[in-house]
Amino acid sequence: MSSTTATTVPAPPRVETPFQRFVSEFAASRIALLGLMLFLAIVVIAVLAPWIAPQNPYDLAQLDIMDGRMEPGTVGGAGFTYWLGTDDQGRDMLSGIMYGLRISLIVGAGSAIIACLVGASLGMLAAYAGGRTDSLIMRLVDLQLSFPAILAALMILAFLGKGILNVVFALVIVEWAYYARTVRGSALVERRREYIEAAQCLALPTRRIIFRHLLPNCLPPLIVVGTMQVARAIALEATLSFLGLGVPITEPSLGLLISNGYEYMLSGKYWISFYPGIALLVTIVSINLVGDQLRDVLNPRLKR
Amino acid sequence: MTAFLLRRLIQAAAVVLVMSLLVFLGVFAVGDPIEILISPEADQFERERAVKALGLDLPLWQQYLVFLGNALRGDLGRSFVFNEPALKLILERMPATLELAIGATVAALIIGLPLGLYAGLKPNSPVSKGIMATSILGFSLPTFWVGLMLIMVFAVQLGWLPSTGRGETVTILGMRWSFLTRDGIAHLIMPALNLALFKISLVIRLTRAGVRETMLMDYVKFARAKGLSPARVTFVHVFKNILIPVVTVVGLEFGGTIAFSVVTESVFAWPGMGKLIIDSINVLDRPVMVAYLMMIVLLFITINLVVDITYSLLDPRVRLEGKQ
Amino acid sequence: MSAPTLEVRNLRTHFFTRAGVVKAVDDVSFTVEAGKVMGLVGESGSGKTVTGFSILGLVDAPGRIAGGQILFKGRDLATLPEAEMRGLRGNRIAMIFQDPMMTLNPVLRIDTQMIETVLAHAKVSREEARQRSRDALGQVGIPSPDERLKAYPHQFSGGMRQRVAIAIALLHKPDVIVADEPTTALDVTIQGQILAEAQKLCAQFGTALVWITHDLSVVAGLADDIAVMYAGKVVESGPVTQVLDAPLHPYTLGLIGSVPSRNRRGEPLRQIPGMTPSLLNLPAGCAFRSRCPRAEPGCAEPPPMAEYRPGQHARCIHPHQEAVAA
Repeated sequence: MSSTTATTVPAPPRVETPFQRFVSEFAASRIALLGLMLFLAIVVIAVLAPWIAPQNPYDLAQLDIMDGRMEPGTVGGAGFTYWLGTDDQGRDMLSGIMYGLRISLIVGAGSAIIACLVGASLGMLAAYAGGRTDSLIMRLVDLQLSFPAILAALMILAFLGKGILNVVFALVIVEWAYYARTVRGSALVERRREYIEAAQCLALPTRRIIFRHLLPNCLPPLIVVGTMQVARAIALEATLSFLGLGVPITEPSLGLLISNGYEYMLSGKYWISFYPGIALLVTIVSINLVGDQLRDVLNPRLKR
Repeated sequence: MTAFLLRRLIQAAAVVLVMSLLVFLGVFAVGDPIEILISPEADQFERERAVKALGLDLPLWQQYLVFLGNALRGDLGRSFVFNEPALKLILERMPATLELAIGATVAALIIGLPLGLYAGLKPNSPVSKGIMATSILGFSLPTFWVGLMLIMVFAVQLGWLPSTGRGETVTILGMRWSFLTRDGIAHLIMPALNLALFKISLVIRLTRAGVRETMLMDYVKFARAKGLSPARVTFVHVFKNILIPVVTVVGLEFGGTIAFSVVTESVFAWPGMGKLIIDSINVLDRPVMVAYLMMIVLLFITINLVVDITYSLLDPRVRLEGKQ
Repeated sequence: MSAPTLEVRNLRTHFFTRAGVVKAVDDVSFTVEAGKVMGLVGESGSGKTVTGFSILGLVDAPGRIAGGQILFKGRDLATLPEAEMRGLRGNRIAMIFQDPMMTLNPVLRIDTQMIETVLAHAKVSREEARQRSRDALGQVGIPSPDERLKAYPHQFSGGMRQRVAIAIALLHKPDVIVADEPTTALDVTIQGQILAEAQKLCAQFGTALVWITHDLSVVAGLADDIAVMYAGKVVESGPVTQVLDAPLHPYTLGLIGSVPSRNRRGEPLRQIPGMTPSLLNLPAGCAFRSRCPRAEPGCAEPPPMAEYRPGQHARCIHPHQEAVAA
């Protein structure tokens, strides 16, 4: 406590849990809060898409081929307005985007979670086992990180073929290394701390040391990396789908929607590619904003 | 220096060997190599002959040696689609990709360095904050979508630049280049900028961080204490120091740029290796895929080697350590 | 009598930070004549380095000179336009920094760093500039200067680098050199060599030297006058022998007592209790009073700088005047 308050009557101690402090520090940045709101809104839209979308874009019965490639704002044959226009099949772009967000988010979050589980386990194993296990795992990590993610994913999908599960698998393969490196790094730092040695001296079971002591301390960096990797995974999935190697046509993500509009671009029908791109951009930017702030708040080096 | 070079070369060779083994295993051990290497249209007789010819009846390690021997002689199989050696196809398209990647790198440096320098020297000015906000956007924007938007605005709406293709080329040393003709440059601008997008942001951030760090150094204050002009302090004393990390990272990123040109080439129908590999994947032309992978690995290793050497040339501390 | 080479009058250099105003230099005055050495002594954070930077006009934002004058041969440097100031810097007024490992740019050759200094202030050919650089290296005792010019800083030892820095400072035979603890980072033997060299060169060229240090033994052997700084203020100043033999201010006395060699064997080392106060929210009155054995209620008022003995000033209301009798 500072010397100025020492002479006065001490204020009643305000008990602030670490979580509350984290929340208030996070909220200190308006732009990060905005990012969080946007992201939550996007998630809500994606989850509720089947109920709030004006049209089910995959129910062929609802589509009217006569409404194909209509400009934004036209009233279609079904009687409602296509606010964002329609694609070549006569699909309402707004509905298409809502459904596309679902696929993009599922692939992005799904691959990030699996990659996190795989990577964190391997990273923890490397840090805890050390020796040959450690150097073998870290060699793999180096190899993975030295090769561009887009190429690795491309090659995996080239051999496996399209499909949501295949895309998730490819993304896990190219992303696990980031998590492994992060967890190993912070676990190694924590391992050298006295309290871990104390726990080992007490002969606490390894499982307990890892889950109760090591893992919680690796969480902050893991959360930061995880947030950024979700954004990266979504962007990568969109890119792969654009190249025609991602999700199948029956389950179009935002990337595939953009790809579908490519050929109509040159004739000035911009909306088929433009609006899904905006949705993709807002999603990625909002996640990155949250991630940036998380990094600043959770980074112990920046703490005074 | 010679010892340093020799050590690096041996390391590089080892990595190539490991990668060739990985590619070999990926192609031959996973899945049916006959499916991969022989056209699906081939009949039973052709297949058996091919199995013999390719030595697929031999043990795996012998097969690997055969593969390695062929690879060393430049034989990486024939494309099913073009019915030409895969390596030849790749090499034919390499200049276009290199041209695009070099164009992007140059653009990133020309745009990123001054902006980063400005943002680093005046970190609190609104312009600097604008530059930094834009650079965050540069990291977030999906490249392929930006490419589409560029086409839409500059080719379709404004009609200033051609939308796709490589334009008129000039042949030098048996390779076709676009950057020497007006038409070629017009075709190059958008793809190069598109590919540079991520790197511009990267260069801005690196430069800014470097400038801010270097400005605090005693030697910068000492340079000012010598009565040098601000321009000399900035461009000689500060700039030369930040150039080292920036060049290193941009150099190392060059491999990534080549890899990422896959996307840009698809958007702008740029006839390079990236477009070829996407087309080959879509028609399952696997020998081309194998050849592409091996070429990329070689390219990466070469880039790492070149960056190491450039780095040692730029930084006297590294260069002279090797001598002593 | 003409104006002294350098006269600092009531200099105030403040840093306007978000947390408040840091008065790094708050009312500092001293005078240096040509050929003389002025020892500016204080603990780290007492404002002596900022005083040096103020003289060179190198105080960076959020700091600026908030008051007082820096008279160089009668011209006030504090109000001089930057362009004119730059003409003086490295030319008439030079500075030597504390850490020789950090003052030379690692990616530029010695010749580049010397020649640019010559060309910044003299209209001479490159060849002439190189010649002058070579001569300057010779002057500071660097053997085979021709070869050395082509080297990079990391090929030099710390002592050699400091010699190079001194050679750069000497290139234009300046009227004033501000030396900011130039020997602190060096070995003792090298320290002695550099000190001797500095003394010789100043006498030779008639340079006024401001030697900033925390080391009283350095000042004792080198300086003609001394100014002791504490928390941004000069608390005592005067001829060096007088101040060191009969300090007026309790802080000066404490500082002298803390030098190990001046203590007798077997006796515990004397020390000043407490720590230097934070310059932010400095309490009114004497800044030393919380650590001063002689503190009294009157110390809560800012003490004035007063001349207690001829030429010896102190900022204290109860100085150690009795020591003179001994």
